[in-house]
Amino acid sequence: MSEANADIAALPFERAMAELEKIVDELERGAVPLEESIRIYERGEALKKHCEALLKSAEQRIEKITFGADGRPSGTEPLDVE
Amino acid sequence: MLHPRSMSTPLVTNNTELTVSELSAALKRTLEDRFGTVRLRGEISNYRGPHSSGHAYFCLKDQTARIDAVIWKTTFMRLKVKPEEGLEVIATGKITTFAGKSSYQIVIEAIEPAGLGALMALFEARRRQLASEGLFDEDRKRPLPFLPRTIGVITSPTGAVIRDILHRISERFPRPVLLWPVRVQGETAAAEVTAAITGFNALPVSAPLRGPLSSETSLLRPDLLIVARGGGSLEDLWAFNEENVVRAAAASEIPLIAAIGHETDWTLIDYAADLRAPTPTGAAEKAVPVRADLLTSVNDLQRRNAGAIFRVLDRRRSDLRALVRGLPQADALFAAPRQRLDRASARLTTTCLRMLDQRSLTLGRLAHRLSRQAPHASLARMAQRLDARGRDLRRASALLQERRRQKLDHLGGRLTQGLTLGLRLERDRIQNRRQQLGTLEIRLQSAISRRLEQRHTRLAALDQLIRSLGYKSVLARGFALVRDERGIPLRRATDVTDGAILTLEFADGNRQAIANAVSSSTIPPTEIAAGQPKPRKPTRTAKKPKQEELF
Repeated sequence: MSEANADIAALPFERAMAELEKIVDELERGAVPLEESIRIYERGEALKKHCEALLKSAEQRIEKITFGADGRPSGTEPLDVE
Repeated sequence: MLHPRSMSTPLVTNNTELTVSELSAALKRTLEDRFGTVRLRGEISNYRGPHSSGHAYFCLKDQTARIDAVIWKTTFMRLKVKPEEGLEVIATGKITTFAGKSSYQIVIEAIEPAGLGALMALFEARRRQLASEGLFDEDRKRPLPFLPRTIGVITSPTGAVIRDILHRISERFPRPVLLWPVRVQGETAAAEVTAAITGFNALPVSAPLRGPLSSETSLLRPDLLIVARGGGSLEDLWAFNEENVVRAAAASEIPLIAAIGHETDWTLIDYAADLRAPTPTGAAEKAVPVRADLLTSVNDLQRRNAGAIFRVLDRRRSDLRALVRGLPQADALFAAPRQRLDRASARLTTTCLRMLDQRSLTLGRLAHRLSRQAPHASLARMAQRLDARGRDLRRASALLQERRRQKLDHLGGRLTQGLTLGLRLERDRIQNRRQQLGTLEIRLQSAISRRLEQRHTRLAALDQLIRSLGYKSVLARGFALVRDERGIPLRRATDVTDGAILTLEFADGNRQAIANAVSSSTIPPTEIAAGQPKPRKPTRTAKKPKQEELF
């Protein structure tokens, strides 16, 4: 990923996906100057990779809050639901 | 008032005099015995919330009568349905009197809304109240995060609700879930749910997402809340109509989904939530997108992205080719100027060459003239002259040298002759001297040896003489020489002191003797001893002159 696309790593999935859609639309309309179209194409690839990574990182960690003596949350413990 | 009075009528007939206190105590006993615990239906009136002491004082009334009511602090806190102005309730409690004022009251231990209608009326009134505050306004509602990182769930840790939610989330898009366990029913439910909503909001905001979801510490603020409960009666769900719960939900900074009861059940938290889900499963569906769908659309977008860029490049390429074809030939464009250039450059060459020729001619002439004036030439001439002089000089000096050498040779020859002659003369003279020296040496030798011989002969004669004249020869004839202890010879008897130690020398050796005066008077040993030395003395003295003569 080039430096220009370094910000992508911090993008939430929804925004990355929205930007990817926008890029594809623009490219498909073909109204973008050549250099710009190559730049945004590369950004599109990076966005896609990022989205995919976010989608692949699906994990379900289920925890229950535990409480200290003062009744405030003090930590978590795994929750076992059947 | 009438009713209790009629009950006490038999006491009055005794005509006994009673104090007010006695009467009050008797009334209290009677009342409390007769009406221990009652269930009383009435509408709450004059309610102004709990007193600062925590106890609540109000009235219960119906169309014609009213009774004072009190709820003690401890009871009040346990109440599921709190008293509310105008609420028709069935209150369970004990009748008691307040002796100081001679009034009676009901001490309420439990309150339940009197029938569904009453509860609905309360619900509606509260909904209107909160809505008028703007808590349910549409523009307060925030969009849910598309893909929450962590989902906070507020519900019971056991039962179908949490199971349904977790199941649906993992089915669609597994995400970390943080459960805040609460009781969803009963007296404490509302307080617990309120605490959970504010508690989740009080957790620290998680760090910005870096790439794929990492194992962040669990106690970070979730970015979506689900408050859920399974179906139940209106009373069962009542905790979610409580004002504190509704206000907490409305104030939550974290977007909140409410899923209470079934689809037909509405509670006030549903209005305050950012989204109402009909069921807990529905809440899970609103909470996370379907992962597979997203993957599909991402992949689809990627395909379109790649296709689009391919088409863009392709079109540009063909555009470029078309343009290239449209360009006029470079040769045609340049032909005329090039011809002019060629002609000009040809002329330029010839002109240049002609100019060069002229210049080089002029230069040649000048150079010739210059060369004659050149310092080189005069220098060369001078050098020639100098060479000639140099040669003369060398010849002259060689001649001079030769002459000198001849003279030197001549002188050298004479010097050698002279030297040879001198040497010969000198050698002859040395020879003569050496012969003279030899003669003299022989004469010296013979003279010396003659002289030495004379002396030897004379010495031998003298030795012979000295031998015949020495005192030793006297000793050999039997005399002795007397000496004192210092070795001095004694010539006279008077020289000898009595007791002196004397040394007697004989021819064959020395002996010692002691002089004795007595014996010398009787026997004159000195005659014997000294008789002989005496004549020796003259010999001695006679010797001396001889020796002197010798030297």
